[in-house]
Order: sequence, then C-alpha cells, then structure tokens
Amino acid sequence: MSNLKALYQEIILDHNKHPRNFRKMEDAYCSVEGYNPLCGDHYIVYLKMDGEVISDVAFEGTGCAISKASASVMSTILKGKTRSDAEELFNKFHHLVRGEVIGEINMDEYGRLAAFAGVSEFPARVKCAILPWHTMKNALEEKKETVSTE
Amino acid sequence: MSIKFQVNKIRKDFPILSKRVRGKKLVYLDNAATTQKPKQVIEAIRKYYFAENSNVHRGVHYLSEIATQKYETARSIIQKFINASSEREIVFVRGTTEGINLIASTYGRQNIKAGDKILITGMEHHSNIVPWQMLCEEKGAKLVVAPINEKGEVNLEEYSRLLTENVKIAAISHVSNALGTLNPIKQMIELAHSKGAAVLVDGAQAIPHLRIDLSEIDADFYVFSSHKVFGPTGIGIMYGKSNFLESMSPYQGGGDMIKSVTFEKTIFNDIPHKFEAGTPHIEGAIGLASAFEYLSNFDWQVVMDHENELLQYATERLKEIDGLRIIGTAAEKIGVVSFVLDGIHPHDIGTIMDEEGIAIRAGHHCAQPVMERFGIPATARASFAFYNTKEEIDILLRSLRKVKDIFGNV
Repeated sequence: MSNLKALYQEIILDHNKHPRNFRKMEDAYCSVEGYNPLCGDHYIVYLKMDGEVISDVAFEGTGCAISKASASVMSTILKGKTRSDAEELFNKFHHLVRGEVIGEINMDEYGRLAAFAGVSEFPARVKCAILPWHTMKNALEEKKETVSTE
Repeated sequence: MSIKFQVNKIRKDFPILSKRVRGKKLVYLDNAATTQKPKQVIEAIRKYYFAENSNVHRGVHYLSEIATQKYETARSIIQKFINASSEREIVFVRGTTEGINLIASTYGRQNIKAGDKILITGMEHHSNIVPWQMLCEEKGAKLVVAPINEKGEVNLEEYSRLLTENVKIAAISHVSNALGTLNPIKQMIELAHSKGAAVLVDGAQAIPHLRIDLSEIDADFYVFSSHKVFGPTGIGIMYGKSNFLESMSPYQGGGDMIKSVTFEKTIFNDIPHKFEAGTPHIEGAIGLASAFEYLSNFDWQVVMDHENELLQYATERLKEIDGLRIIGTAAEKIGVVSFVLDGIHPHDIGTIMDEEGIAIRAGHHCAQPVMERFGIPATARASFAFYNTKEEIDILLRSLRKVKDIFGNV
C-alpha cells in the first residue's frame, strides 16, 4: 500500500465526509477549544460525564481530513468509556501516530484507531491527528485553556 | 546586454530545480514563500567566505577593505537596480517584516499622535498589519482598512474616501501574497500624497516579478526581502527617501550606527548607517546584489510575458476542475493562484501533492483577514517564478485529479 493510501484510508475519508457526533452540546460537563493557529485546524470538543464514565461526546469545528476524522473516530470510541480508559486510549493513539508501536498493529487491540497508523509516515500531519485527543484530555481534566499541538 | 528568455536553459542556473524529491521530479510552486537561488548567488556567497570574509567599516587590513568595498558596492548595485536616487536611501534590514517594524518604530512613533489614522488595505500580510496595530495602541491612533471586493481588488472609491486629512501613513502592498492582486500603486500613492499622508509600499511579492522603478512610483518607503527575489534569507531592503530617513531617529543602538560615543553623549552616524547597528549580514548583501546582477541579464519584458502566460495557463487549466474555486480573480494579477476545492481541505491537497514532488503552500498565508473576507479558513496556493514551465502546471493538474480521486470515492 502506498503511503498516501495508508494515510487516506476509507474509514478516514468517510469520517471526514460524514463526521459522527458533529454537533454543539448545550449541556456539556466540559468543553474545550483546540486550535492550531499555523494550520488553522479549529475544534471544540464536548464531554458529558456520568460519574467516572463518559456518557456523551460531541465536537464541532473545521480542519483537514486527518484532524476531523480523528475527532470523529475518537467521539465514537469514547462513549461509555471510563476516565482511565480514555487516558489509556489517548496514550495508545499517541504511540500509534508517532510510529512507536513495535511489531504488527493488533486489530483487536486498536480497532478503528488502527486506521491512523499511516499518519506516522507524515511527520507534518501528526499534529493534526492528535489535536482532538489533546483537546479531549483537557476537557476530561476540566482545563479550560485552548489547546494547541503545533 | 540582454539575452533571449529560454526557460529550460535558465532552469540550469538553479541547481535545486533538478533535484528529485520523494522519488519524483521537483515541481517547485511555492515561490511566494521563498524563491530558489541561482548558482551565481550561491557562488558569490561561497567566494565571499573562501576569500573575502572580514568585518566591515572597521579594520585597516586588506580583508576588511575588500569586505567593506563588496558590502558598499552591493548597496550601490541594489540602488541602481530599483532606481533609487542615492545609495544613502538603501538600508539593509533583515527582511520586509523588519523594514516595516523599523518604519513604524521610528517614523511612526515620531509622527503619529492620538487621533491620527493609519490606512492599510484589506489584503495585507500580517507583517503590514501588526506593527501598525501596535503603534496605534501605543499612540491612541486608529487603524483604518480600505476594503477589497469579491475579486480581491481594493475598492479605490472607498480608499479615496478613507484618505482623510488625519491619515498620516498609508501602508499598502504592491502585490498581494494570498491573492496575487497587483495594486494600482502609483495611483494609490498619488491619492495618499494629495492628502498629505506618507506612503509605505510592501514590495515583497512585487520585486520578483516586476522591474521596480522607485523614481517613477514615488513611494516614500519601499520594503522587500532578498529571499523572495532569488537572494539569500535574512536580509532585505528598506528604501526611504533621504529627507524621510534624515528626519528619523535610529532604530537600534550599537556599533556602526554612531560617529562618536562618550558616556555623556552619542553622535549618530549619517544615513543609511544610522539604521544599521551591529555587524551587518555582509554575505547577504553580497548575495542579494549578485541576484540583481543575475536578473539584469534578462530582457524583463520577455520575463514578464512568460510569467503572465504561466498564470493565464494555470488559471484556465484550474477552471477545468469541478468544485474548484479560485480565490483572487483581480483583473491585474501576478504570480499567484490561490484556490479551494469543495469538501477537501487545503492541507490534504498539500500532503497529496507533496508525495508527487510538488511544493505548494496550504494555509492562511499569514493573511487571516483575507481568508475571513472570503469566508474560508485556508487556501491551496501555487505561486510561480520565471523558471516555472507549463509542463509543471500540467503535473499540478494531474495531481489535483488524483486528490479528487482519493477523496471522491467515499
């Protein structure tokens, strides 16, 4: 598979074109802005919590296919997960897009996230993929300041 | 001496153009960000460090004399190339940005007071917005913006109307970096002068494409960067009419900008040295002068015809692509074609093209107010220099179809 095909996988293109949970959440537990001023990717991530469990996730904003698909896939995965699950997934996603996973990527372990493995071949685009995740993490920790990954 | 313009022969002067990137032939279409350098410029800098390096305006030794003479000759070559009336009007700065900041901090601080206005246009680069905002904030003055129309042209009626008596400085770009618009600069300068405003022209995007004749356009200040006109990075020119420069206080204090220093009092040097504190970018000046010497070999009308043909061809071909919108369709345009594609972000276009060896720029081009005017976050921008070819535009088009293919099958 060429690098480009590995980057622009069908699942990424699909989530870019039809982002899931792409809406404003009026009654969010916490919402945080993620903004990369140099490239212009700009999102707001909303979380709703039920105790330790993330009961709902939504996002809105604009940006490239990688950042938008990353936010969309993230939103579908996090619903129903606990705080510590979310932190674990955050770390896992980081290792994946930075090319730090040793050996084959286990589909059972990574699931839909595996689609982002191709990002590691494009160092300039890692910041796009991780912007929504960093924004989510700040929301989880109730940090209000705008997040940037540039 | 003028030689006939033959693009394939000229490309051989630019070593990097025959490089392969990502296994593909390099197609360099990011010239508005920076231009490539001819071997004449690279050689001039190499020669300086091999045989001529020393500090300037200081030592009595052989090398210092050579370095000083080369540095000051560079100033003279540059002055003649842009037809300024005296070498004293040519100040070496780091680039366009520093040039504008220098003018804002000296001329601006001395002449702007509370209630005054500074006029810019809606197509300015951040470097011709932010220094003026800072000055206005400091002085209690007001920044006024002449709007641009949907083609990306300054509305001249609005521009004239906004030029009231209390506009003390008009700061306008000659050519827009994001849209490619060529402003009717002479007319805009005349209008501003008729109301008593001083005029600064940001020439960063004009200098690689036009032969600038400063005696004809009558700007009070004209600034540009060397690296955008085939010279090295880190140096640029701030031209100012001598009566303006004479009236201005120094920008930075230090060595070279003084005549004498005691702990009680310093007597500043004459212009242009008054504005050049510290050891200058000597090889930069020599490199820029060699770029201008190189450009002097061309019949400029032939160069401009070639560039115009490239722009027309690129514009026509891009119109073939469904869902593509060109941002900036001014009647008078130079060197730049900015565009957006339905449903595909410019960064994704940039990444896919990069895999094909094509260098374009994707982003807001340090002109966020322009993006806002057109209601878009970013554009993809192909920008040309005289060494580009129609074949390269064909490659750009093939790659754009590939972008559409990748994104189209969802």
